[in-house]
This record gives sequence, structure tokens and C-alpha cells, in this order.
Amino acid sequence: MARTLAEKVWEQHVVRRADGEPDLLYIDLHLIHEVTSPQAFDGLRLAGRTVRRPELTIATEDHNVPTVLGPIADPVSKTQVETLRKNAAEFGIRLHPMGDAGQGVVHIIGPQFGLTQPGMTIVCGDSHTSTHGAFGGIAFGIGTSEVEHVLATQTLPAYRPKTMAIEVSGELPVGVTAKDLILAIIAKIGTGGGQGYIVEYRGEAVRKLSMEGRMTVCNMSIEAGARAGLIAPDETTFDYLKGRQHAPTGEAWDQAVEYWKSLRTDDDAVFDKVVEIDASTLTPYVTWGTNPGQGLPLDASVPSPEDFADPIARSSAERALEYMGLTAGTPLREIQVDTVFVGSCTNGRIEDLRAAAEILRGRQVTTRTLIVPGSMLVKLQAEQEGLHEVFKAAGAEWREAGCSMCLGMNPDTLQPGERSASTSNRNFEGRQGKGGRTHLVSPQVAAATAVTGRLTAPADLA
Amino acid sequence: MDAFTTHTGTAVPLRRSNVDTDQIIPAVWLKQVSRTGFEKGLFAAWREDPTFVLNDPAYEGASILVSGPDFGTGSSREHAVWALQQYGFRAVIAARFGDIFRNNSTKMGLLPVVLPGDKVEALQAAIEADPGLEVTVDLAERQVRWAGESVGFEIDDYTRWRLMEGLDDIGLTLRHADDVATYENGRQPWLPTTV
Repeated sequence: MARTLAEKVWEQHVVRRADGEPDLLYIDLHLIHEVTSPQAFDGLRLAGRTVRRPELTIATEDHNVPTVLGPIADPVSKTQVETLRKNAAEFGIRLHPMGDAGQGVVHIIGPQFGLTQPGMTIVCGDSHTSTHGAFGGIAFGIGTSEVEHVLATQTLPAYRPKTMAIEVSGELPVGVTAKDLILAIIAKIGTGGGQGYIVEYRGEAVRKLSMEGRMTVCNMSIEAGARAGLIAPDETTFDYLKGRQHAPTGEAWDQAVEYWKSLRTDDDAVFDKVVEIDASTLTPYVTWGTNPGQGLPLDASVPSPEDFADPIARSSAERALEYMGLTAGTPLREIQVDTVFVGSCTNGRIEDLRAAAEILRGRQVTTRTLIVPGSMLVKLQAEQEGLHEVFKAAGAEWREAGCSMCLGMNPDTLQPGERSASTSNRNFEGRQGKGGRTHLVSPQVAAATAVTGRLTAPADLA
Repeated sequence: MDAFTTHTGTAVPLRRSNVDTDQIIPAVWLKQVSRTGFEKGLFAAWREDPTFVLNDPAYEGASILVSGPDFGTGSSREHAVWALQQYGFRAVIAARFGDIFRNNSTKMGLLPVVLPGDKVEALQAAIEADPGLEVTVDLAERQVRWAGESVGFEIDDYTRWRLMEGLDDIGLTLRHADDVATYENGRQPWLPTTV
């Protein structure tokens, strides 16, 4: 029977199937960080259980870590990081602590080590685990109870989600990025549009994306409500993986590639839902509200609540405008920002930093600008390419790796009423600091905005 | 996990949509390494507003939250479930839930109940008219009942059984440890390890 990619990967991992029960799914890789794991390890200890496969588990410190050199000042953050160190040591789990060359945001380090490979099941106590689907596997975020379940059993009971195809035809115009594509998709289907689905991103524009771009798209699947997002592996995927630390080598590589090539949706397979989008019509996108579905092309103006026929969308827009301190009808390009943040698991990879640097080269920022590499390896590579010099010369702050201002668990936060242009993934109320106001943008728009101090596309710069 | 069969209590109407888990429990609360004390962080930013519905003494002691659609979207933080439970909620009723939040709830014994949007609004209106209204969430019968109204809801048999028995998922899976071992023997040889 013809099957979709998601169905193939799912079936490959079913340990046990019984009538009236969820499938028991094997988990190939479990990523851990300091925030959602302490209570899971406590649970194991309380029940006298152990970690079944520590060698399929990897831990990093990312959410709490400061992005300036030096120890963690906040004693509560410090305790949380120390708790992870203690747990990793006790249960024999590889950990990349602060200062380690392999440390970084959990969703950046998996791919960079070659641990994220096509056809795998990957979970993490973090909703942006969907990032790893860019390699053609099923990757999804879980809660702490499920973290404990995976630690103890290396499996999860789960019902297979429905399948959705998002067919992206045409080519992205010059200056329009993977971030703009996913913001446009979320604006189209809404924050609940993907609920209950695994989304497969397909079509010409998706095929032409780099692995970094594919990760950006899959990363924000959760913002469309989807359980996971994935993209069929191809030569772009194999080229990215080849030679990485944990990628197969020699004969195993050939075997793996042969299998990976079978990981595509059969021509006559049927999706439960299909959404179509024409990439060639897209322009840079930006969010104006307090959920990621409240986005528009930068060319547009702040909408009016009356523009929304649905009463729930209308009241949500009303509340969002009030929180964001915006007036309907204001051109988005006239919105002034106080801070620009380039980084996160959405846009903290080398390609994102290159794109931002290209725009900042020879220019000056006029607003506080934080450039936070997604991992220490990304930082090292950027410095080898001289990007840090470009950022510093432009007046931007070049920081250490971490989640940083994406969620403000470390000292990088907005003050109440402050407004940011941010390459991260969530514009929720208070996400970047209590009372902070967030506009989600691509790295290119972020960099151009840093130059002018208001929301700006690179093409607007003289 | 606490077993859930049926629960009767008063309810609080939360007339907001897209109640993301950052609102339910802001990130600053996630630095704790214990499982307790999260009730103080529940809707922490919103509760600073004296007009926020949870600050209305009429709804004091409510144990059922009735929200607009897309409740619990965003971050996977299970702390959101802990905060709701520790504050005193046993069930949340909404037209749609974030997938991860819904999953987390059923692991902890907080019942997420999906009702059609118009029924959610009717229930909210009924509560606003009479904050002392008794609402029953009956998992055994898969029904929500109030003031002579009775609305059915769907939940799969397995999750219902697990909730009603208060069973530990890990314990259930460990009964199949042999199946897991058999599967592991057949895994593809090139799959990576972290060592």
C-alpha cells in the first residue's frame, strides 16, 4: 500500500501494536536539557528505575546559560544547571556543559554532530524538537512525564497523528527566506491548523532550501500546532551529513544512504489534508500580534480588529494590539524597535549569521543588537569566517551560545514595554521578558531593522 | 497519578483564545527543580491585573477551567499542568488544545475535555450568570453536565481507562520490556549512539 514518509518512519519504529491501545514507539535519540529533565530524573530515583539506553541520550545546557562569559549569577538557574550535571553523571549520560566546545542549543547540536539522521525518531522535552524533522525523521516535543518514560524505556506510547502535506510550489523570490515561508504558512493555517497532524513540507521551494532553511521551517511546525514537521531527505541532506562526527562511514554510509533514499512519500499515497502555497508570491513576513499566526507581509499595515470576521479572532486581535501598543492602520515599516535579537533554535545557525553579517557589513546598528550563535561550534565557525568582526564593527553585541532572549530564562530579556525584532519563534505575551513586545522576523529583516531602528527589509536599505 | 472518574465542582470562565503555556506558567517559574509550588506561578502575569477572572472572588475555589479555543499551545512545559493542578483545577474544558499540553495533562490526571465551541460558550455564559453553578465532568459517561444540560465528549478508550485507574504509564510499558528488547536487536546497524 502506498504510504507517506511519516507513515514509513512511524511503522519502522513500532515496537508493539495492540487493538485499542496506542502504538509503543521506539525512540532513536533523546535530547535533554536542564529545564524539563530534573523532575524526570527524580521520578526515576523514586521508582528505583534506571536509564535504559544512556548511549541514545545526549544532554546540553542551553536555556539558563548566560551569553556573556562568567558563571551563572542567578542561584536558581545555577541550581538547575548543577542538577543536570549531577543527573548526567549519575546516569552516565553525555553532557555538553557551559564552556564546552560542543555546548549549544539542544536543537542545534544534534544536527551539527550528525546525530540527527533521516528516518529516526527523536524526542526532547522541548516543543521545538520538530526542527530535526528537516532530515526526514519524526521528531517531536514531549513533557517531563514522557521524558521520564523515554529515559526508563526508550519508548513512548503514542497514537499516530494524521498526515498533512504542505505543498510549496514555485521559487522563493530573492530576499525571501525560509523564515518568511514558515511565517506565511502559520498565518495561512493558523496556530491550530496543524493540530493532530504530522506535516510534510513538499514542493520545489522546499527542495531548494538548504538544511539550515529546512530546519527553520520544521522548527516552527509547532507554532502551526503540528505535532511534528518533516521533509524527505535528498542529496542536500546527505551532503550535510557526510563526514559529521556521528554520521555512518564506509559501507555503513552506503547502506544508510540506500535506505534513506527510500524515505519519500509514495507517488500515490494520500494525505489526510493538503495545503497549497505559492512561494513566488511571498515577501518578507513579520508578526504584529501575540501569537505566531498573527503575521503579515512587511508591506502591510497593522490590521484592525474589524478586519476579522470570526469573533474569537477579532477579540484576540483587539487584545494583541493593546498588549503590543499598536494602532490599526500603522504601516508595519513605521514600527520602532528597542532591541534586535538574532539567534535561537529557529535562526541561530551559521547560515543565519552569515545572512545577518552580509547586511551589517559596512553599516552601523542604531539600536541594541544581540547576535547569539546557536552553539559554540557555530560561534567558532563564525569567528573563523570573520563574521564576529563584522558584527562588532557594526556596533552589535557578539555573545556566547544559548537560548538567550528567545525565552529570557537567562539575563537577556526585554524590559516592560520594550519592543524587539527577533529571529526566534514565539511572540507570546511576556515571552522575551515581562511586558516585552516581540515581532518575529527573518535574520535578514532583523539585521536591516537593526540599522534603521524600525521594521525594515534589506531591500529598503540604500 | 491521581485517578479521575467523575468530578463535580464550580467552574471559572476564561474568555481568551490561544492561551499558550507561557501564559499558564511564565518561563521564570521553570527554573525550579521540584514538582511543587507552581500554583503561585499560574497565570502569574495576568493575575497582576485585579480584573482578571481568577481574581474575582465569585470564582474562588473553582476546580474546572472553561477556556476559549487553543488552550495550552506553545512550549512543552509540563509545569503548566502542575500549576493548574496545584492551584486546584481537576479539568480544563476548551474547543481545542495544544497537542503536547493535552498529552501532558493525561499523564498527570488533569482531564482535558474537548467540547464544541458553541457548547463551551454556552457553559461560560451559564457560569457567568451563576458563578456557583455546579458542573460535573464525568469521564465514565464521557459527559459534561450542568443545570440540566448534558454534552458528550470524546476520549479514546485507552486514555480513559488509564485515567480512571490512575495507572503509571512507565509501569504499563515495562510489562512489554521483552518486546522492546526484541525490537532493539533488529535496529538498523548504522543508527548513531552518543558515545
